Amino acid sequence: MKIAVLSGKGGTGKTTVSTNIATVMNWNYVDCDVEEPNGFIFLKPEVKKTEYVKIPVPKIDEEKCIRCNKCADVCQFNALAGTKTGIIFFDKLCHGCGACTMVCPVGAITEEGRKIGKIDIGNTESIKCMRGLLDIGEPMAPPIIKRLKALVDEETTIIDCSPGSSCSVVAAIEGVDVAILVTEATPFGLHDLKIAVELVRQMNIPFGIVLNRADEEHDLITRYCEEEKIALVGKIPYAKKAAVLYSEGKLLIEDEEYNKMFKGIGERILGVKACS
Amino acid sequence: MKICITSMGNEKDAMMDSRFGRCPYFAIYDTETKEYEFMENNGVTAPGGAGIAAGQQVVSKGAEVVITGFIGPNAKRVIEGGQIKVYNGKGGSIEAEIKLYEEGKLTMIENAAPAHSGMGK
Repeated sequence: MKIAVLSGKGGTGKTTVSTNIATVMNWNYVDCDVEEPNGFIFLKPEVKKTEYVKIPVPKIDEEKCIRCNKCADVCQFNALAGTKTGIIFFDKLCHGCGACTMVCPVGAITEEGRKIGKIDIGNTESIKCMRGLLDIGEPMAPPIIKRLKALVDEETTIIDCSPGSSCSVVAAIEGVDVAILVTEATPFGLHDLKIAVELVRQMNIPFGIVLNRADEEHDLITRYCEEEKIALVGKIPYAKKAAVLYSEGKLLIEDEEYNKMFKGIGERILGVKACS
Repeated sequence: MKICITSMGNEKDAMMDSRFGRCPYFAIYDTETKEYEFMENNGVTAPGGAGIAAGQQVVSKGAEVVITGFIGPNAKRVIEGGQIKVYNGKGGSIEAEIKLYEEGKLTMIENAAPAHSGMGK
């Protein structure tokens, strides 16, 4: 089973929720926030294997090229431009779709792999862990996310997503069994949460909400969940000891109270799946 | 010879746009027929690679000179590939810019502006 953890807004605690629940429930952990994968800071797994991720990009044979410009015309991403002096290729814009290779009438285009990042595979004492890491300056995360997800097996796995509701998030949550939306009790949190809710509803993924830094006085999230009939599967209170553990790079479940709390959230997540 | 000016509007009294990739229109002036042609910039609607799309359009149109304010690194590569000379306009009307060019009062742009500098204007 695959469980995605996402949030509309950055900095709400996706990684905190993901790493703590994964450890307490003995679920595997996959960090799909490939631009900033932070989960390994807390889980501290031993990395046993690293593989590189490449995308196919065109290589143009200038001698065979007849300057027909068909490749540049077909490219939806403006990665190719045809000029008097030949075809110019912009590698950072190429999505590796292969359309240029297909339309070339003289077979002047071949494809070669261009490395855009890597995947680390390892484990802690109890769980398997993976993370994707996009190279600095590379704009496209989905190919790494898709490769990561292809490596996920049948065991219960937590997928830690990037913030927002971009194509990286869509790639990460595609085909998951249940989604957990982490939010905070602020107007900004609620605003971005609504966007994330719309996304998971459109993709028909059963979901529940975890409220981080919960504050009983300002409970706009609880009210929203009641109005929208969304399962609120956990409330993590605003507490100094959580901040202290986090700042030391430790899991909150080292504290007994949090340990119990995250176990409860994990079980209720299974409930969300069962009820759908 | 065709001269391309990045333009804010589609009439010859429109002002020059200082952006290349994201200007709304290209004014194409033919020095032989003395006629103007206006075309929408394909780069405006491009989600990425605006300068490349715009550059491709200008190259395909057969322009030999471009007058603009700033040109990004990707667009510059395409324009150079098309062997087009780029001049730094003064920001006046399309007609005024052509006059300045013909009088030899415009300087050539040697270096590309930072990427994305025309965004969000």
